[in-house]
Amino acid sequence: MTADPITPVLTKRWLSPQSWRLSTYEDLEGYSALRKALKGSPEQLVQLVKDSGLRGRGGAGFPAGVKWSFMPPNEDKPHYLVINADEGEPGTCKDIPLMMADPHSLIEGCVIAAYAMRSHHCFIYVRGEALHPIRRLNAAVREAQAAGYLGADILGSGFDLELTVHAGAGAYICGEETALLDSLEGRRGQPRLKPPFPAAAGLYAAPTTVNNVETIASVPYIVNGGADWFRQMGREKSPGPKIFSISGHVERPGQYEAPLGTTLRELLELCGGMKDGIPLKFWTPGGSSTPLFTAEHLDVPLDFEGAAEAGSMLGTTAVQIFNETVSVPWAVMKWTQFYEHESCGKCTPCREGTYWLAQILERMVDGHGTEEDIDTLLDVCDNIFGRSFCALGDGAVSPITSGIKYFRDEFLALCESNKRELVGAQA
Amino acid sequence: MTMAPEEPKVEVPEGHVKLTVDGEEVIAPKGELLIRTAERLGTVVPRFCDHPLLDPAGACRQCLVEVEMGGRPMPKPQASCTMTVADGMVVKTQRTSPVADKAQQGVMELLLINHPLDCPICDKGGECPLQNQAMAHGRPESRFRDKKRTFPKPLPISTQVLLDRERCVLCQRCTRFSAQIAGDPFIELLERGAHQQIGTAETADVLDMASRTSSGKPFQSYFSGNTIQICPVGALTSAQYRFRSRPFDLVSSPSVCEHCSSGCAERTDFRRGKVMRKLAGEDPEVNEEWVCDKGRFAFRYATASDRIRTPLVRNAETGELEEASWTQALRAAAEGLAKARDGKGAAVLSGGRSTVEDAYSYAKFARVALRTNDIDFRARAHSAEELDFLGSRVVGTGPENGVTFHALEHAPLVLCVAFEPEEEAPAVFLRLRKGARNRGTQVVHIGQWTTPAVDRTFGELLACVPGAEASAVEGIAQHAPDLDESLRAEGAVVLVGERAAEVPGLFTALHRLAERTGARLAWIPRRAGERGAVEVGALPTLLPGGRAVTDAAARTEVEQVWGLAEGALPAEPGRDTTGILTALVAGELDGLVVGGVDPNDLPDPALAREALAAAGFVVSLEMRPSGVTDHADVVLPIAPVDEKAGSFLNWEGRHREFPVSLEGTGALPDCRVLDTLGVEMDADLFTQTPAAAAGDFARLAVKGTFTASDAVKVPFTAAPDVPHQQAATPGAGQAVLATWRQLIDDGSLLIDEPHLAGTARAVVARMSAATAEGLGGHVTVSTDRGSISLPIVVADLPDGVVWLPGNSPGSKVRATLGAGHGSVVSIAAGGAR
Repeated sequence: MTADPITPVLTKRWLSPQSWRLSTYEDLEGYSALRKALKGSPEQLVQLVKDSGLRGRGGAGFPAGVKWSFMPPNEDKPHYLVINADEGEPGTCKDIPLMMADPHSLIEGCVIAAYAMRSHHCFIYVRGEALHPIRRLNAAVREAQAAGYLGADILGSGFDLELTVHAGAGAYICGEETALLDSLEGRRGQPRLKPPFPAAAGLYAAPTTVNNVETIASVPYIVNGGADWFRQMGREKSPGPKIFSISGHVERPGQYEAPLGTTLRELLELCGGMKDGIPLKFWTPGGSSTPLFTAEHLDVPLDFEGAAEAGSMLGTTAVQIFNETVSVPWAVMKWTQFYEHESCGKCTPCREGTYWLAQILERMVDGHGTEEDIDTLLDVCDNIFGRSFCALGDGAVSPITSGIKYFRDEFLALCESNKRELVGAQA
Repeated sequence: MTMAPEEPKVEVPEGHVKLTVDGEEVIAPKGELLIRTAERLGTVVPRFCDHPLLDPAGACRQCLVEVEMGGRPMPKPQASCTMTVADGMVVKTQRTSPVADKAQQGVMELLLINHPLDCPICDKGGECPLQNQAMAHGRPESRFRDKKRTFPKPLPISTQVLLDRERCVLCQRCTRFSAQIAGDPFIELLERGAHQQIGTAETADVLDMASRTSSGKPFQSYFSGNTIQICPVGALTSAQYRFRSRPFDLVSSPSVCEHCSSGCAERTDFRRGKVMRKLAGEDPEVNEEWVCDKGRFAFRYATASDRIRTPLVRNAETGELEEASWTQALRAAAEGLAKARDGKGAAVLSGGRSTVEDAYSYAKFARVALRTNDIDFRARAHSAEELDFLGSRVVGTGPENGVTFHALEHAPLVLCVAFEPEEEAPAVFLRLRKGARNRGTQVVHIGQWTTPAVDRTFGELLACVPGAEASAVEGIAQHAPDLDESLRAEGAVVLVGERAAEVPGLFTALHRLAERTGARLAWIPRRAGERGAVEVGALPTLLPGGRAVTDAAARTEVEQVWGLAEGALPAEPGRDTTGILTALVAGELDGLVVGGVDPNDLPDPALAREALAAAGFVVSLEMRPSGVTDHADVVLPIAPVDEKAGSFLNWEGRHREFPVSLEGTGALPDCRVLDTLGVEMDADLFTQTPAAAAGDFARLAVKGTFTASDAVKVPFTAAPDVPHQQAATPGAGQAVLATWRQLIDDGSLLIDEPHLAGTARAVVARMSAATAEGLGGHVTVSTDRGSISLPIVVADLPDGVVWLPGNSPGSKVRATLGAGHGSVVSIAAGGAR
């Protein structure tokens, strides 16, 4: 089996009529990987995923096989597999279409992954606002159950798995895996102190693995295609296909599947270029929590290493494109308002810091900022970055620090009228 | 040539690691948090959410330090309150790391942007961790020039606890205390981001957000005051103390709680001769850093407007009490008592709230001045079986050979019998919960229903009909073999409360259980003075130090120490409380000395009143008018604990000494009053001061008599031996009464505390669904003496049993019904009150 870089994998069924139906899925190789996986041992599956080099698609890029291997070999306590489908990062919109168009690929991945981790209960925690995908998933779970792909003694293998689709209640923080677990347990969603890590004490204090939708949906293809086939796509340390969610000022925004390491220049070709030909000004490689890129970064290979080397992060490959009509301070203010609203409140730096940053930016955009405020912004960011309880605080400062790094002049221009030139002239 | 001294090689003991903190090598036990290691080296890392007795949270991020592991610096500063030590770790605090210092300053600045900085009018100002640490680790000026977040305030989260959300730094100490230590999580975090706030289901209404919370319970906790004390800012304040004084105007004095028998360490803060507040003192062996709300807030009884401050003598002509000088009053008292003594005799009821020194003075006064063994401190239900139990299993035990708080926490199993820990000894409850939560201590309760304490000690209830506790204990071997086996485990403990005296055969059954299984047995009375009163011999069968009055050698020993003629001490056991009252009614006694007893606490309040009326001569030592002073011929005012020194023996037998807080108020302790009264009667007690009384008693106290192993092998009196009885069987329209007192009720030391009273538990009758059938929502419980009507709450009681709070508003079981635990009462549908 060979792979053309542009041959879709994860999205290959999306345009089929009634792609979400079990019959469509089965016609298009559906559940063939499961049959194959159940013939092997859990250890073989973990090794296969390790060999494939599959890395977590939720943003951090942790090797999935390694994560799976953290699960204890014994079953003293129940093992849980939890799918993080609380897609909330601004700009990110890959998991929801995947669950809409091809829910069975996720379910098949869940069964295989649960088998590999000796879990008999899997939860899919879906963002509460995503009502339609929740209904699709639930219908797909019923179909899979009726067909014997879920429930007791799956396909006569003796393996049992219950799958529960759970609707979240609308909090960005619940995309953080430990906050998600608290929320799933019915508590207030706030991140937990680690250690213990979820593999030791996760959901209901039992061994738990939390994986992103796209990660798990990739697993059936790896089982069918093998590790070597998977590694033909992408780059050495970041192999495999990836769904890029392209939004903003392009001709045809949408989901574009391409191998990891594809550049923005290539992606722009796929989506028809900049809208109305207005030049690119800045963009995010992986959602608003990843530092901004500019037109200088058109040829940065978008994989975990490439994005990091260029000073940003791959994140969720939510590529938000902004053309020259957009004010950077304004965009940064909007993002910061989002983080202020979504800060869970647990730790001081994020809770108070985002509150402060939002006020400064609002004032600045309103024309009442001073040059001093720019320094204050950067210093407050420095006091949040790496000081907060979870990564949300780090993400919150990314747009500000990178925005000022590349577009300081725009911030300065907003403060121009408030320069302290005359005694008493301060606004 | 001199040899260079060899570098001493530091051995790392087993279970320890070696690390470097600020360039200094230090050995730390595994699992120690960095913040504590630094503290041991003298470096205080600033912190808000960290508290040594709470689980780490890492929420405030104030304690960030730089950490290097295996030669590699960690990329981000780490919270030293959540990270444990590891071998070879290199830690740099704010002392040596500019990164840590900037991180701490940054967090401090962020904490202050939404803080109102109203320190000049804040209760916490002057003793505020935020204020102090902002001075030490903060920027002199804030760069924040935008709008602070504001909230309406104060927000009452109970009648006692008020919340100022603007001052709150959201460290979650209060919510974690409630969830972890007390186990009543009535307060929670609400909302998120900068709008995050502490609240209850009720307070959420302020922002019209009640629908977003689900508990529907008010903050009704017996331990809520601790949240005020551990709040690192002035966000939680008490209605009692709010805006009353500044910390720097207060004088602090160490004290011991006078309410229950736990003997919690406290700190009494007073100003210009008036107690302003009480705080939990630190005593890791006893109360750790917590006290219950009764111990914290119930102290204004001493400043009640009706406090008796001068002696009173009854005018023979008018029959009214009139103010008199001490000289007149003491002379009248001495004359009356001498006459009674020389007539048919005089007895002493000393009450359960005396200090050791005062109780000793009563015990000595009875023997020396009144020449009688007719003395009993037990102002509650009591029995002869209990006397044997106290004499054979309680007196002489102490922390060195008996059950302790520490033993409760580390026990594999604790069996609570006829004892409601949260209501009767809250500090014991907290330890039981701590052991159960942290170490998996199994807690089993023999009682009537699954009380909140059963739930929150993760306990198991063995329910029985009131009065059947003795047969339940006897039946453990047969019906609960698992429990029987667990009781044989090393360290297993059995706790029994004051209610056991109302169940014939229970003390006997417990004694046998302990003998049979080897489980250790401890008695936890409800009042602070009871344990001490046993030790000093304020009982009809015991002399000081547990000496039996029937033991001639023991009497001789006491006579020698007291300087009495040989044979001066009466050899016959005296009458107990009920015996004394009955004898007074029958005209077999003439006089009575009463110290701090409320007739309504006695098993039969009607008998008590009759006895007081019949008594030829009554001397009352009291603080406030009572059912006794109504009948007293002479009333002698005595000092509350704040105005005297002394000590309590807590239930462990631990000596809890305290100095005088308010000096020079002129109020006299009981021991001084009795000493002077003794002198008037030509009897020298040598108890002029608490110190003198303590010294006198020390010569008779049990010392070194016991070792841990033979504690129970040398009983002072015979072991209790009373057969257990079948519980009463109620007829139609009847039920067996279960009753005990709530911590916060109509107790006489709880007066003048309306805010505290507001946190009392609801006054309701409890019964099973079957028993409640046909009664409607209310029940009227009655005896031939009276009736009590209360709303019904269905609980898991055995059928045919009704539970009433013992002494709460609208439910005064003794006074109204003349009944007690195990009595048969009538029940009928009650009208709404």
